Amino acid sequence: MSNYTKKEMMALAAGRLVRNGDVLFAGTGLSMLAATVAKRVHAPDATVFFETGGIDPSLEELPLAVADPRVMVGTAMNSGLIEAFSILGHRRLRSIAFLGAAQIDPYGNINSTVLGGYPKPKVRFPGSGGACDAASLAHAVIIFMQHERRRFVEQLDYLTSPGWLQGGDSRQRAGFKRGGPLAVVTNLGIMKFEEETKRMYLAEVYPGVAPEQVAENTGFEVDISRAVVAQDPGEDELYTLREKVDPQRLILG
Amino acid sequence: MSEDTGKIQDLASAIKRLARPGASIALGLGLEGFVPFAAVHEIMRQNIGRLTLIGPISNIPFDQLAGAGLVERVIAAWVGNVSTGLGHCYRRAVEKGFPRPLEVINHSNFSVGLALEAGARGLPLAVSQSPLGSDIVRDNPHFMHMECPFSGRKLLAVKALKPDLAIIHTQRADAQGNAMCWGAVGISRQAAYAAERVLITCEEIVPGEVIRADPDRTLVPGFLVDAVCEVPWGAHPAPVQGYYGLDNAMYVDYSQSTRDPHQAEKWFGEWVHGVKNREEYLAKLGRSRLNDLMVKHPARGGSVEYGW
Repeated sequence: MSNYTKKEMMALAAGRLVRNGDVLFAGTGLSMLAATVAKRVHAPDATVFFETGGIDPSLEELPLAVADPRVMVGTAMNSGLIEAFSILGHRRLRSIAFLGAAQIDPYGNINSTVLGGYPKPKVRFPGSGGACDAASLAHAVIIFMQHERRRFVEQLDYLTSPGWLQGGDSRQRAGFKRGGPLAVVTNLGIMKFEEETKRMYLAEVYPGVAPEQVAENTGFEVDISRAVVAQDPGEDELYTLREKVDPQRLILG
Repeated sequence: MSEDTGKIQDLASAIKRLARPGASIALGLGLEGFVPFAAVHEIMRQNIGRLTLIGPISNIPFDQLAGAGLVERVIAAWVGNVSTGLGHCYRRAVEKGFPRPLEVINHSNFSVGLALEAGARGLPLAVSQSPLGSDIVRDNPHFMHMECPFSGRKLLAVKALKPDLAIIHTQRADAQGNAMCWGAVGISRQAAYAAERVLITCEEIVPGEVIRADPDRTLVPGFLVDAVCEVPWGAHPAPVQGYYGLDNAMYVDYSQSTRDPHQAEKWFGEWVHGVKNREEYLAKLGRSRLNDLMVKHPARGGSVEYGW
């Protein structure tokens, strides 16, 4: 039995993808944990900022929502939404955005708008918000997903936020200057995208998870042959996450 | 300029004067904070319908107005409940046409902001990369593919937005309408400049010299503002920086109470139609609940020298 939860593993796995000096566009929940733990463990020069335009807040206490007044306190700058996206897309910055969605396809395109046909949807979700902008403008995107067949689908019901589009160089040809999904962090492991084809493959499984489990829970064909076992969370990582980042377990639960 | 410009009004009169049936109204422009809930509930009490609502992450006022059947069209990036996700009234309107069909013009947060900024500058369009490649642009009359005339780069033309009215909640305003706001203002400024009319609701009306002692925090100059209403707690259950935090319990209660249309009706009956005005709403919430939301960790802003 592991001595950590799936949520802790997901936060740490995503955090490990952050490099020192990155500019992190965080929402709340898991993305907040991943960004904060990365900053405290191995990327002290990473900067967290929010869609509200709050840049580098103190984060002494975790904000519970993007509207939480804590997002705008102790910051280096409070700007607005237009500025936040200008920063996210800034050519000088290695910006990373964290997103989630209802559906994802093999090329990391995501849907947060509808299930079913668009004109008469079965479920209408809230929609893009800033997700499409983040997926378009950031240097890289990390996507959090629950690993289920109905969420990992061959064909999205609606493409809200562009990933690698149809794979290959299609993103570039469509007019994008940069960006694209870096990884999909799920409750089972980490999916990445092939260099050439940009198709999703299984890069890492968490300790105790079989690669076949990932294939079973993915609604499209996925290469699991290259999967390695992810490193167990280190004691320092768990300590930082539990005692420094979210001691009240507001998000860790 | 004299202090009394006749702009200070009670909320009911200001809504009656400025929020006309069939109007396009931008609100919820601070993303998740500064939501002018008091004004929205007044629109519901006055049953002002056939509205077009414009906003980024619009939070639950769009859901409430749609649930009340007062909305014909939304032009927005996100309609739901920021604490719980799905907006149940919005879902019923889109999925089942209940209580009336709703036209949705999908946007992303950035594109709504840019469209309002273009409107503010008197331009017919904004140019943007996002939401290029997204289904948002498919069959959407507000987006057209274009090529940059200089570089040939593929881009989107985004139709400018000029709302008939912007409703903006701020911390302070003076009698002339100079409105002071700090914290997550989102695209409030772009919307104020783009709109034909601006209604400011604020926590406090302050003497003009308070604004003028700290003019870098003024969100919108008074000459663009048509009415100022002092409405303490006017954004509850959304937060207002330095005044109160987010009342998460209210969002959760609203979500649970609106899963079913009859329950939703009951919720509106209790919290909107069952109270005459904001004072009664606050009395119903109770002092201790409000106290719990007030600032517990003060962090005063600095003051700077403006002199010469």
